[in-house]
Amino acid sequence: MIFQNVIWAITLTGMGLVALGFVYAITQAGRPAEAAEAARVNRRSITLRRGLFLALLLLGIGIAWASLRPFPIPPQHAPLQATQVVDVIGHQWTWDVSQTHLKVGEPVEFRVTASDVNHGFAIYAPDGRIVTQTQAMPGFTNKILYTFDTPGTYRIMCLEYCGVAHTGMTTELEVAAAGDKP
Amino acid sequence: MSSLELYPLDERLPRGERVMFNLYMITALLLFVLMMLLGLTMRMTQAEWTPVLAGMFYKIMTMHGAGMVGTMSLASTAVMWFFLRKYVSLHLWAFVSNYVLFMLGALCIIWAVFIGNFASAWTFLYPLPVHSMGLWSSGAAAAFMIGYLLIGVGMLLFYLDAAAAIIRRYGNLGRGLGLQWLFGGTIDPTHPKAVVAGTMVIIANSLGILAGAVVLVMCLINLYDPEITLNALVVKNLIYWFGHMIINATIYMGVIAVYELLPRYTGKPYGISRPFLWSWAVSTVFVIIVFPHHLLMDYAEPRWMLVMGQIISYAAGFPVFLVTAYGVLTNIHRSGLRWKMPSMLAVLALFGWAAGIVPAIIDGTISVNRVMHNTQWVPGHFHFYLLLGVLPMILTLLYHVVGSRRRAPVNSGADRTGLFLYVVGGISFCMAFLYAGHVSVARRFAVHLPEWVPTDRVGSVAAMVLILGMLVFAVRIIVGLLKAPADADPSHPAG
Repeated sequence: MIFQNVIWAITLTGMGLVALGFVYAITQAGRPAEAAEAARVNRRSITLRRGLFLALLLLGIGIAWASLRPFPIPPQHAPLQATQVVDVIGHQWTWDVSQTHLKVGEPVEFRVTASDVNHGFAIYAPDGRIVTQTQAMPGFTNKILYTFDTPGTYRIMCLEYCGVAHTGMTTELEVAAAGDKP
Repeated sequence: MSSLELYPLDERLPRGERVMFNLYMITALLLFVLMMLLGLTMRMTQAEWTPVLAGMFYKIMTMHGAGMVGTMSLASTAVMWFFLRKYVSLHLWAFVSNYVLFMLGALCIIWAVFIGNFASAWTFLYPLPVHSMGLWSSGAAAAFMIGYLLIGVGMLLFYLDAAAAIIRRYGNLGRGLGLQWLFGGTIDPTHPKAVVAGTMVIIANSLGILAGAVVLVMCLINLYDPEITLNALVVKNLIYWFGHMIINATIYMGVIAVYELLPRYTGKPYGISRPFLWSWAVSTVFVIIVFPHHLLMDYAEPRWMLVMGQIISYAAGFPVFLVTAYGVLTNIHRSGLRWKMPSMLAVLALFGWAAGIVPAIIDGTISVNRVMHNTQWVPGHFHFYLLLGVLPMILTLLYHVVGSRRRAPVNSGADRTGLFLYVVGGISFCMAFLYAGHVSVARRFAVHLPEWVPTDRVGSVAAMVLILGMLVFAVRIIVGLLKAPADADPSHPAG
C-alpha cells in the first residue's frame, strides 16, 4: 500500500470525525434544554471529555512511540554501512550527483549539501510519488539511507524554493533490478 | 466572564477609537481581497490558464505570503484590542502606532517586491536574499527586511502597552494568564478569557518578534558586509521561530471574538474553568517550542529538537480539540442558538481551526513529513485553518459590530449567500491542495507537470467561488462600518 494513501485516509477520517462532532452539535443547537436536562447534559459532556482526553493521550503516546522507534533519520555522525554512496550538491539551479546508476535492494547513502542557497533534495518514484527527501543546506551535509525496491527512472526535484528557475532544477537516477548492470 | 448582553455599553467605541478600528478593518478587508486575487493568479498560472512568467510568479508568491501573514496579524490585533480594552486600560497611541508602522512596513515590502523585484518568499530563507542571480539588488532585499522590522516594531509597541495594562490591572502576566488557579483555589468567574488569551499572545509573540528582529538584523548586516557569513541552520531556526509564532498568534488573538461573542448568541454562559486555564498555560509553552517541526527534514538539526517538534505538534492538538473546540460545541449544544451571521461564522471558525490542524498534526510526524514536506499538503492545512478558521473569527467580530451599529444582528440573504460561497469555495480550495499534496505535487512551483494540472484547475475554480463570497463580505462590512451608529448622539460621540 502506498504510504501517502494511508496518510490521506487517516486525515480524511480525522477531519470527518471533527466534522461529525460539529454536525451533531449544530443539529442539536436549535433545541434549548430545560435546566435539569442541561445539568445532566453538562455532566455527561465532562465525562465524555475525560474519555476523549484519555483516548487521545494513549493514541498520541502510541503513535509517537511507534513512529520514533527506530528513529526515522539515520545517524548523521556515524558510518551508515551502505554499499552504494552518492554525493549530492545543489546549486542554483542544477544538481551535481556523483553517481546516477544504482541498484535495487542495496542500501544507498545520499550525502546531501548545497553550494549557494537552501535546496530540497526529493526523490520521486517512477509512479510520481515522493519516496524520501532531505534539505540541501550550505555548510551542512544531511545523510539519507534509502533502499530502492523497484527498478526504474527516479526523478530528483528541488522542493525548497531557491530562485526563479527553481522548477527546472531536476535530474534523474536510474535504478536497475538486482542482477542487471547498473 | 463576558456579558450575555448582545451589545453591551462598555463595547461601544468613542469616535477616535471607532475611526481607528474602521481603518484597521477596512484596510485588512481590502488587503485580504487583493491578496486572494494574487493567490488566485498563482493557482491559475499552475492550472495553465494564466500566462504569468516565473519571475512574476515568485514576486506574487512573496507578496501573497508576506501580505497574508501581515494582514492576518493586523486584523487579529484589532480583534484583541477591541475586547481587551474593556478589561484593561490601553493607550490609543499604541494602537495607532501599530497601524502607522504596519502601513509604512507594507509600503517598503510592496516597493521591494514590485519595483525592486525581490522574490525570496515570505520566509526570506538565508542566503537566498543575497543570491538573487541578478534579479534583485541588495537595496530591494533590505527594503523588504526593513518593512518586516517596521511591522514588528509596531506590534511590539502594541504588546508592550497591553502587557503594561495587564500588569497594572492584575499584578503580573502570570495572574493575567490565570496561573494562580492552575492547582487549586476558587477561580474568579469574572476573569475575562480575552485577558487570558491576550496575555498568552503577548508572551509568545513578543518572543517571536524579538527572534525575527534578531534574524532580520543579522541578514541586513550580511547583505552589506558579505564577509560576515551566517550559520544557515541557526538562521532557519530563528526565521521559523518568528514565522511560526507570528501566524499562530493570529489564531489566538482571533479566537477571543468567538469566546466573547458566541455565548451572546447561544444565551448560555461560557465560563472560565481550570481545564481552560491549563489549556492556555500549556499552549503558551507549546507555541514557543513547537517550531522545530518546520525543520524535520534538516537532519543536521539536533535530534532532541526534531523529537520535540513531533511530540509538541501532537500535544498542541489537546487544547484545541478538548478545550476550545469542545467548549464551543458544548456551548452551542441544546442552547437555542440564534443563527445569525456572527454565530454562523464563529462556529465555522472553530470547525476550520479544529479540522485544519488534523493534517497539520499528521505532517508533524517525521516519517510523514519525509513524503509531505514542501508538497501542497502544507498550504492545504494552513489555508484550512487560516481561511476557514482565523478569517471567520475576524469576520465574526466585524459582522457583530455592523449589527451593533444598527442594533440588530446581520442575517440577510445576501450575507448568507456570501457565506455559502465562502464555505463551499474554501473547503474545496483547501481539499484540492491536500489531495495534491498526497500525490506529491510540489508547492512553490511556477510551472507544474502535466499530471498535476487537474488539481490546480479544481483549486482555481474553488478559489474563484471563495473570492466571490469574500467580496460579498467585504462590501457588506465596509458599508456597514462606514455607517454612523444607529443611536449616535452628536453630543456624546460613541458607536
